[in-house]
This record gives sequence, C-alpha cells and structure tokens, in this order.
Amino acid sequence: MPRSAFQRLLRVIGISVVVVILGFLALPAVVVTLAAFNDKAILAFPPEQWSWRWFVKAVEYEDFRAGFRNGATVTLWASSTALVIGAAFAFAIDRYQFRFKRLIETILISPLVIPHFTVGLGFLILAAELGLARGFAVVIVCHIVLVLPFVLRSVYVSLRNLDPRYELAAASLGATPGRVLLTVTLPLLAPGLASGWLFAAILSFNEFTASLFVTSQRTQTLPVAMYNYVREYADPSMAALSVMYIVVTALLLTFANAFLGLGKVMNVERSH
Amino acid sequence: MSNAAIKGASAERTDFAVTLDGVTKRFGGVIAIHEAHLTIRRGELMTLLGPSGCGKTTVLNLVAGFFMPDSGEITIDGAPVSRLPTYKREIGMMFQNYALFPHMTVEANIGYGLRMRGVNRAEIHKRISEVLSLVKLRGLEDRRPRQLSGGQQQRVAIARALIINPKVLLLDEPFSALDKNLRGSMQVEVKEIQRKLGVTTIFVTHDQSEALSLSDRITVMSDGRILQVGTPEEIYRCPAQRFVASFIGDANVLKGKIERVEGATALVAIGDARIPVPVTGLNKPSPNAAVDLFVRCERLAITTAKPIACTGRISALIYQGGYIDIHIETPAAAEGKVLLRLPGHGSITKWQVGETVGMAIDGTDAVAFAASC
Repeated sequence: MPRSAFQRLLRVIGISVVVVILGFLALPAVVVTLAAFNDKAILAFPPEQWSWRWFVKAVEYEDFRAGFRNGATVTLWASSTALVIGAAFAFAIDRYQFRFKRLIETILISPLVIPHFTVGLGFLILAAELGLARGFAVVIVCHIVLVLPFVLRSVYVSLRNLDPRYELAAASLGATPGRVLLTVTLPLLAPGLASGWLFAAILSFNEFTASLFVTSQRTQTLPVAMYNYVREYADPSMAALSVMYIVVTALLLTFANAFLGLGKVMNVERSH
Repeated sequence: MSNAAIKGASAERTDFAVTLDGVTKRFGGVIAIHEAHLTIRRGELMTLLGPSGCGKTTVLNLVAGFFMPDSGEITIDGAPVSRLPTYKREIGMMFQNYALFPHMTVEANIGYGLRMRGVNRAEIHKRISEVLSLVKLRGLEDRRPRQLSGGQQQRVAIARALIINPKVLLLDEPFSALDKNLRGSMQVEVKEIQRKLGVTTIFVTHDQSEALSLSDRITVMSDGRILQVGTPEEIYRCPAQRFVASFIGDANVLKGKIERVEGATALVAIGDARIPVPVTGLNKPSPNAAVDLFVRCERLAITTAKPIACTGRISALIYQGGYIDIHIETPAAAEGKVLLRLPGHGSITKWQVGETVGMAIDGTDAVAFAASC
C-alpha cells in the first residue's frame, strides 16, 4: 500500500515516542545495573572499572542477610494467610447473597487506596496502645492487610470466569459439595490461586513504607535494612542488591505468566 | 409412610420414570414454569421443545436438582425428589458445551461418577472400557478434553453420564455445538445408544426437526407452559394449539371462513375450495366465523383445475436439491407470502418469477384456529 510522506512522518514520530517512553521506563534499572558493577566505592555512573565485589559485599552483609530472612518469613506467612482469607471472602462474595456485602467488599479492597504509611502508622499506634511488642506478628498482620485486596481480586476474577457447569456436572455425577470443591473447583482455580499468591508474595517482600513503621531492629525486612544502610553509606552494594531484586522478581513474574498462560489453555473449551 | 402409599409409589414406579406434578418455578417476579404436569414413561425419549426462554431448560434443571421448584412435586422412579440435592438423584446430565473437566484425562472424566460412588479401581476400569466400546471411543483414554474433536468430546460426555447407570439421562441441546454433518450422525448414534440401553431420557432442544426425528414423544412449551404432549406424528399432524401449528414444520396460514359445521368437522371456505377440518382447534365453530387455516407447505399445489383456493404471484423460486421452495404473494388469502414445497427437479423451469398462478389445497392434516384478529 503506498503511503504519503505525511503518513511516513507520523509513523516515524509514533515509533520515536514509543522508544523514548520505553527508554525512560527502563532507565532506572539500566543505571542501577551499571552502577552495581562499578569497582569504585561511590555510586557513580558510568563506571570506569568493572567488578563483582559489591554483589559479594551485599550478600555477605549481616543486616541484609537478616533482612532477607525476616522478609522471607513475613512474606510466606502474610501471602499464604492472605490467600486463605482472600479466597474464602472471594467465594462468599461470588456465591452468596448477604447483608452488607458491598460494604464488606469495599473494606477488603480499601488498602488499595489508603497510603501504606497510614496503614503502617495505624498498626504502630494500635500495637503501642495494646501494649504489643513489635514482633513478627504485627508485621505479618500489617502485610496481610496490604496484600489481601490483590489476592481477593485475583481469586474473585478466577471464580467469575469459572463455568458453573463444571461444578453442576460434578454434582450430577454424584459428588457431594465438598468433593466438588476438592476435585473440580480448586484444581480449576489453581492458576488463579497461585498467581494471586505470587503477586501477594512479591508485593509483601518489596513493601517498604508500612514496614518502616511496624518493624524493629530485630524484625526489619530487606527493604527496611536497605533504607537503613543507605542512610549511612553510599557504596554500590545497594545497587547490587537492587539488581538481584530486579532479576528475581522478573524470574518470578515470567514463571507466573507461564503459569497463567497454562491456565488459559486449560480452559480453552469454554470458547465454543 | 402407610402401606397404601408405598403400594401407590411402587405402582407408579413401574409406569413412570419421571413425573412433574403442578410444578411452578419463579425467578424473581418472573414465572419460568407455570404449574407444569408431565409424565415421562420408563425408557422413552421425551423431548422438551420450544423457543428460547420457553422454560424447557428450567424443567431440565429442576429434574437435575440445580434448583428447587417453588411449588409442586417432582418424582424420579416414583420417589419425590424436590428436596433432594443433585448428587443424590442418580441422574446423568449432558451439557450443551459438554462441561468435560479440562484438568482430567478422558478416562478420569468418564470414571468420575464411579469414583464418587466409591467403586473399586478394577471395576471402574472394566466399566470404562465397556462404555468406551459403547460410544466407539477406544484408544483416547489418556487424552485431555481439549485434544479431542467436538464429536469425540460429545462421546466422552455421554459416556461419563451413562457409566453410572442413571435413572434418567438429561440432554441439554447436545447437538447444537456440532457442525451439520456431524450433528446428523451423532443424533443417530445417540438415539441408538439410548434405545439399546433403554434409558429414560429427557432431551431439550429448540430445533423442531431434531425433535421430530429423535423423540418417542414431544412436549411443546411456550412461555413457561406446556402446550401439547404427543408423539412426533401427533404433534405434526394434529397440533392442538395455534402456537404448536406454527412452531412445528413450515406452515402456511390462510384466511378462510367457516361455511358449515357437521359434527366434529367444520367446512372451511377459501376461494372456491372447501376444506373439511376437525373442529378441535376452534373455540365456538359457527358458520361465517373467520378462521386461520394452517396448511403444510407440501400440501399446497399449483393448479389450473378447479376448485382454485387462491391465486398469487410467484415472488421466488428456490432450488433446494431434492425439492424446490416456491414463494407466492397472495394478499387476498394470506398476510405474508405462502410457501409451496414441490418435489422433483423439473419444477424449477416450469414457472417463472412474476407469473400469476392458481393454488389448490390438499386438506389432509389441515387444521383451523379462530382468526387471530
């Protein structure tokens, strides 16, 4: 198809805009990655000499190791508990009619729009008023509240997309409601449950603002440990840690996407 | 329960596999089923036929136990089941989209009902291979549903429903997802399987030709009501209501007048023709009352001989292979066009579009209802 000069110009401008936008999105990651391999002890860009030493330092630094362990503990408990609670509420909201349904749904989703520092501060005040020690329990409960909306949405959407006829077919074949749930509903929801959990885990592990309020020196998670580090030092080990973060998160998301893709294939018959 | 009641129940058990007794179902303020009475005999294939929204699928879902009736009672094998949950009803259901479990193999899908009943593994294996031969589907046991063609999926669905020896087999528009050629052969096959096993079957469809060719009996429904129950021939030849006459087959509606009434027969005048019809469809058959005469398209003929019922202009000649359809505008006798269906290949060249022709009516199977306006 012949194009006019004007159309070609529009096309060039369009492509340039897209490239610039993508460039800006990727820029922080690129800068941090390059800085991480800098041999010098300053956060300089671009680096003059290349080295892995900051990666080694980051991995060996005791505060980061403790932060990683604490973060992993909090993440596993928070996202798993949120999955159970979120799935239960998603079922209730999808399947049953009850009073204050809209209100309950709104409250469950509200952490999406409430600033994280508000949630963190709230838990901090609450823990102080109740005389609770700032242990893991407070951090975990705080994270559950923050990731619950994501799990709830994820499971709810999967439930909405589940053809009710699978469950009716199972019931017609003699399966009791409990066995329908175990043999049909849950396996078909597995991709939604897994991706909801993974998303919650990534959010929880990266959460900083609320964690800053509710963690103590003993329970600080990795982002909090990084913040405390950067207040005192400015060497590239922060950048090295950031690169590891990016790589691990990207791997997890790729895995999740493959899993979701699989989910779509599993439900392919619905199309006719 | 008293002895008499038990006796009553067992007497019923020998006659009817499924009964609906005054069943009403509302959704919100809308009445989906209005006091339906229906008896389905043991081993018969009963079709629920009607346009979409007529309540036929609701009846099927009520028998399956997917919802409870608001009033009335449903029995399966003589036992009331209205309050019984689906999983205790011993039914086999086949869905329009088959609803095969996508996360299970063909074998696991078919064996599901037996596993839920705690049947041991060896027995399940034996019965799966029996039912797979019945539906001609051996060698695909390890496939997933998505790896099967539409026809194969349907065979799996019917095998899964039949393996539990259901008291009644429920089929919800099972052929509508198949292309035309496959549909025909699957219809024949399902009918054969049904007859071989003698399983009582309720079959829901909106396709009248499918209903006529497969059913032992047909229940015609409209707007949540049962209009007529009968064999395909009864429904086709003696429609009891205007709706049934217009829904089944291609009927022409011709405007006529009652000339006289003789016992159970009324003589309807259309043009020069006099057609005797049974008075059953007419409320108060009296001379000079205007009636709508329903005539099948194969009962009209083009003629030059007297008596001519009406004349009209040919508006289209459509070649259909084994027959031709002729559309004729005849404003004096019918509101729309009338349709003639003529066999044979020569007919297509016999007339021209635009030609004015006379028509004769063969009164066989014609029925009359009081004029609609």
